[in-house]
Amino acid sequence: MSTTHAVEGVVDAGATSLLRFATAGSVDDGKSTLVGRLLHDSKSVLADQLEAVERASLGRGQEAPDLALLTDGLRAEREQGITIDVAYRYFATPRRRFILADTPGHVQYTRNMVTGASTAELAVVLVDARNGVVEQTRRHAAVAALLRVPHVVLAVNKMDLVGYEESVFAAIAEEFTSYAASLGVQEITAIPISALAGDNVVTASANMDWYGGPTVLEHLETVPVVANPSDDPGRFPVQYVIRPQTAEHPDYRGYAGQIASGVLRVGDPVTVLPSGRTSTIEAIDALGQAVDVAWAPQSVTLRLTDDLDISRGDLIAPTASAPSASQDIEATVCHVADRPLTVGHRVLLKHTTRTVKAIVKDIPSRLTLDDLSQHPAPGELAANDIGRIVVRTAEPLALDAYADSRRTGSFLLIDPADGTTLTAGMAGTAFAEAAADAAPAPEADDDGWDF
Amino acid sequence: MTTATVATEANGDNPYALSHLDALESEAVHIFREVAGEFERPVILFSGGKDSIVMLHLALKAFAPAPVPFSLLHVDTGHNFPEVLDYRDRTVERHALRLHVASVQDFIDRGELRERPDGTRNPLQTVPLLDAIEKNRFDAVFGGGRRDEEKARAKERVFSLRDEFGGWDPRRQRPELWQLYNGRHSPGEHVRVFPLSNWTELDVWQYIAREKIELPAIYYAHEREVFARSGMWLAPGEWGGPKDGETLETRLVRYRTVGDMSCTGAVDSDADTIEAVIAEIAASRLTERGATRADDKMSEAAMEDRKREGYF
Repeated sequence: MSTTHAVEGVVDAGATSLLRFATAGSVDDGKSTLVGRLLHDSKSVLADQLEAVERASLGRGQEAPDLALLTDGLRAEREQGITIDVAYRYFATPRRRFILADTPGHVQYTRNMVTGASTAELAVVLVDARNGVVEQTRRHAAVAALLRVPHVVLAVNKMDLVGYEESVFAAIAEEFTSYAASLGVQEITAIPISALAGDNVVTASANMDWYGGPTVLEHLETVPVVANPSDDPGRFPVQYVIRPQTAEHPDYRGYAGQIASGVLRVGDPVTVLPSGRTSTIEAIDALGQAVDVAWAPQSVTLRLTDDLDISRGDLIAPTASAPSASQDIEATVCHVADRPLTVGHRVLLKHTTRTVKAIVKDIPSRLTLDDLSQHPAPGELAANDIGRIVVRTAEPLALDAYADSRRTGSFLLIDPADGTTLTAGMAGTAFAEAAADAAPAPEADDDGWDF
Repeated sequence: MTTATVATEANGDNPYALSHLDALESEAVHIFREVAGEFERPVILFSGGKDSIVMLHLALKAFAPAPVPFSLLHVDTGHNFPEVLDYRDRTVERHALRLHVASVQDFIDRGELRERPDGTRNPLQTVPLLDAIEKNRFDAVFGGGRRDEEKARAKERVFSLRDEFGGWDPRRQRPELWQLYNGRHSPGEHVRVFPLSNWTELDVWQYIAREKIELPAIYYAHEREVFARSGMWLAPGEWGGPKDGETLETRLVRYRTVGDMSCTGAVDSDADTIEAVIAEIAASRLTERGATRADDKMSEAAMEDRKREGYF
């Protein structure tokens, strides 16, 4: 191509960072309006989409275009006027690309909130300024804390309906912040907005000059998305063994995978789990290019100095920080299937690239997200329940605590009969340490819930 | 109260930052490798359109220096752009791939499918697709669908389980958590896999530019005979156009999507280089499908309905 330089200029202009975030809000909190405004004002709603919404709105006898029709993609959702399933939206500003998991707020769709939060770096929790912090708000904060979403934004919406009063905002922000902090949420940013009127969503509000913080979009654009991977131990689940066996590459044997956490370097001594064998990283191929160093979440191929027996499901980790493997797992889980999970249930457990047989040994407690009260020995977990479980696996697994790694501390339970995803698991304790002191007192004096 | 950390950290300040294209590429490669690790007979749907071309490029990178461990499947409507068929065949040869072709025309000739009154063959692709999946016992079928294309697709999982009839039930989708894709399925069922789920049209073009990927020439502005129908510029052909009252004219156009000639419209454009195309898309006020796809305009739930029947 004759215009290589210009092409690189175009590509550089697009080389922005990526933020995955989730929204959560109750039915009438104005979530669709907020999402609609973010999409609209970032030019992500194009003319033909708006026309389709206007046409559909008119067809139902509505006078103004119903922005919820932009986001409710399924026939059943439009018919019922509610969001049933997570939808993913995409928009961009010159500074950043965004993937928005638009999650429903209904209690019976807790699993969808969990789904959206599992990959989010930031969660926006909406409240109606007239109602303040309600049960649903606490539930959303608890899900964000449980899934360890690093950043939480409290968007206090409908400020126009409370006269843009600073005191209303301050009271809600304080109540929410102390609750969320008690759950261990690290960073909370409260923003007073009116999604309908456009205050502090994309442009700073002239109606609230007492507020000096960022707009929602400014915050989304500037929140740091890259933690320092060199703080985390290296974890490399082997996905696939690449052995071309061609004339050109007769002896190539590479272990393909996506670095789950940390930084890997050529020359690092490594241990392979669960076998415990050791070797050294001889080379790192980053999708066709040899590199000396690679980090999470890059997809690479490793070659080792020794010919070891390594296959899909093994974990390669720097010897200095290799995890230990165990067959007994304690975890907090969200049950996502309609059929219940019971003690004695035989399941498959999928952790990184490894799937093993497992049995549910115990369900010590179930948690009510509304007030964080615990119910000891519930016997089973029903759809959308969150609880503690103890699982015994047929083979040792190298799980990290979910608190240390969302990637190597998470797992799925799968029904071996038909493949249904039953349960989403997070190894280790549920909420961060701060929760131990500040959580509301349990309703009973039992000790089944150990945050 | 904790206030926002005023971090104006530019991408370049952090040595471990990945650009959004690198992040999307790593994610897509991870998806390809998961399928290679867990399925017996995967296949890549390949139409010669830009999304399937990018998919193949990612698969080539994912398994290098070994060959791509999947074959290709083209659902041939019989109304293809010749440039695209030519591109398809050259690509298959260059990478020594195996190509399966499922032909809509064959089904029509055998009387198993009937031509629609509007002449559009796009919805007819579902039957040959499902037939090819069943006959070849494919258990994972890669598609280039992106969630930004359409609101029903925005609901699609990366791993999307299809029943023995190829059907999609949006209310019975498996929750998809973290990067733990569940590809379990019973005999007769298969999984549709969408590695480009999180890509937008602009990402695809930026990636094509970055990776210097060759595309069929019809993606760039060229002089072409077209005629107007339903607000779109359609290319003439044996598929059924122009009819009486429709007149051919020569215009400077390009295509944003490549599909069946009967329902894929060209857009007026002078963007004849990749940087011009990127600039044009960044400024466009129309979505890709809204601008150029007739089949999505049929009803509010056209895509959802077709996907329920097994369309990709």
